[in-house]
Amino acid sequence: MADKIIYAMYGDDEVLKSSAKKLVSNGIKISEVYSPFPIHGIDPIIGVKGTRLGIMAFLYGLTGLTLATIGMRYFMVVEWKMNIGGKPNFSYVENILAFIPVSFEFTVLCAAHGMAITYLLLNRTLPGMKAQNPDPRTTDDKFVMEIRLSDQSVGEDKIDELLKDTGFEELEKKITE
Amino acid sequence: MQKEAAIREPLILGHKTYHDVTEDVCKPIEDKAPRMWYILFSIALVIGLYGVGSICYLLGTGIGVWGLNKTIGWAWDITNFVWWVGIGHAGTLISAVLLLFRQKWRMAINRSAEAMTIFAVFMAGTFPLIHMGRLWVGYWVLPLPNHFGSLWVNFNSPLLWDVFAISTYLSVSLVFWYIGLIPDFATIRDRAKKPVAKRMYSILSFGWSGKAKHWNRFELVSLVLAGLATPLVFSVHSIVSFDFATSVIPGWHTTIFPPYFVAGAVFSGFAMVQTLLLVMRKAMKLEAYIHTKHVEYMNIVIMVTGSIVGTAYITELFISWYSGVEYEAYAFLNRATGPYWWAYWSMMTCNVISPQLMWIRKLRRSLLFTFFISIIVNIGMWFERYVIIVTSIHRDYIPAAWSMHYPSHIDIAVYIGTIGLFFTFFLLFARYFPVLALNEVKTILKGSGQSYKESPDYHKHH
Repeated sequence: MADKIIYAMYGDDEVLKSSAKKLVSNGIKISEVYSPFPIHGIDPIIGVKGTRLGIMAFLYGLTGLTLATIGMRYFMVVEWKMNIGGKPNFSYVENILAFIPVSFEFTVLCAAHGMAITYLLLNRTLPGMKAQNPDPRTTDDKFVMEIRLSDQSVGEDKIDELLKDTGFEELEKKITE
Repeated sequence: MQKEAAIREPLILGHKTYHDVTEDVCKPIEDKAPRMWYILFSIALVIGLYGVGSICYLLGTGIGVWGLNKTIGWAWDITNFVWWVGIGHAGTLISAVLLLFRQKWRMAINRSAEAMTIFAVFMAGTFPLIHMGRLWVGYWVLPLPNHFGSLWVNFNSPLLWDVFAISTYLSVSLVFWYIGLIPDFATIRDRAKKPVAKRMYSILSFGWSGKAKHWNRFELVSLVLAGLATPLVFSVHSIVSFDFATSVIPGWHTTIFPPYFVAGAVFSGFAMVQTLLLVMRKAMKLEAYIHTKHVEYMNIVIMVTGSIVGTAYITELFISWYSGVEYEAYAFLNRATGPYWWAYWSMMTCNVISPQLMWIRKLRRSLLFTFFISIIVNIGMWFERYVIIVTSIHRDYIPAAWSMHYPSHIDIAVYIGTIGLFFTFFLLFARYFPVLALNEVKTILKGSGQSYKESPDYHKHH
């Protein structure tokens, strides 16, 4: 479906933020914001929900802890009661102190790597992926707001009018297939 | 935008814009390398290759080429291992612990400190690996089913804890570092003009586009990784200290070891960061971002951790007498007055006295003095490990077995070689990677930049 995209470029994060506020309060939907660094406070304005990656990290950590416990119990207690100084490991719980360091390290290992991999997959940022920012300057010092006409209930003229006094530096319109 | 007190010194000097930050960091990467870089790189590479050659010789001949003997089974190699791991503690401490404490001054130094951490841990890992003698069976440290029966690696052994600690620390630090690098690689990619460079940075940047949702995730991932890395930093050197503390050797068997080793690690790590950054800021013209205030903050960390280390030395000495254990008492008496007295007193001078000079404001704000002290601290911390390891075992329970450790030329070559390799990696990093966390520095430009802080409406309430 053919669509028209409006890219409004700003030279300052605060200006973009107040502009986004104005547009959103007038019922315009902003589909994306590209910026060289995180703009604090932009997420609630344009409707980006908080990420649940933290919960994922916790679950990965829990998986790591479980695996480490099962593994060490099997290696050191079930399969071969390793005899150290005449004191074989007959139960896991009674020897748990010696197993804490590895349990901790493995928990952190799984949580950190699990979260990092999930993060890269969710973002679709992987080696060989093509960059999608509309202008190379958005990774330097420019901030771009992306508005798709198909998302809006109002016409292009109305958006143009709202944008007019927001202090953008450049305005680009692109028709996509 | 976050405001801070007017009397706080600005973290970014001069009248920088967002674009200036990009320019200042990307310029050294895009320009031709200065002649000095080639000279330093060649020297580092030659020394590094000498080390690699020595390691090859060692692997071909066996670890008999080291200066070890029947009494002293651990000496030079483990000293270097602990020394490098210690140095590798500053980077993650800076980026993780200081992130949790919201210390903004970390942003100018975290990238290069983390790079240093990773390279230092690489160097550290070399020593236990080559100490195995048979490097090709190094995978035996993994819990793999054994061909000869149901024998597994010993999870009750601190040496195995160390395997897990070091590999977790290395890989998590690497991930933490790289996640932060992705957006900055994207900046270089979008500026690159040469096709090869563009292609390379395009691959390295993973197609990063700076979307709002991605930044949202980025910030959370950084925070959670910092939360995970913080206990990790403390655990790694604690576990390294367990290698000694859980043994029954007088001089090693002490409960003070974990905190004492962690403080020592941070102490030496920050010293190495100072050594590298004082040169780098000058060579790469980053004086506006890494300036006296940053150096002063780091010197305060050195002073505090140095004082903890000093307290630990004295506590150890006191307890060895107070415990009433004659072997323990002798171990310490022998350290201070025995044949290795010079190593002990070098350690004491470098680590206990020199950080105390940082109480003087003038000295801790002097770049030249800081550079000098950072070298002294690194030497002192090497001696600390040497003293702990060698003096505790060279005179054991049977005087007939008493011995001395003399490093062989292979011992020395491997050590010097790791320093060469470390600098080779660091120079490559400084040449091709953004040495400053661009995206992070830009977020504090308005809150902590000089021109913003000096502007009349900075302290008005919005």
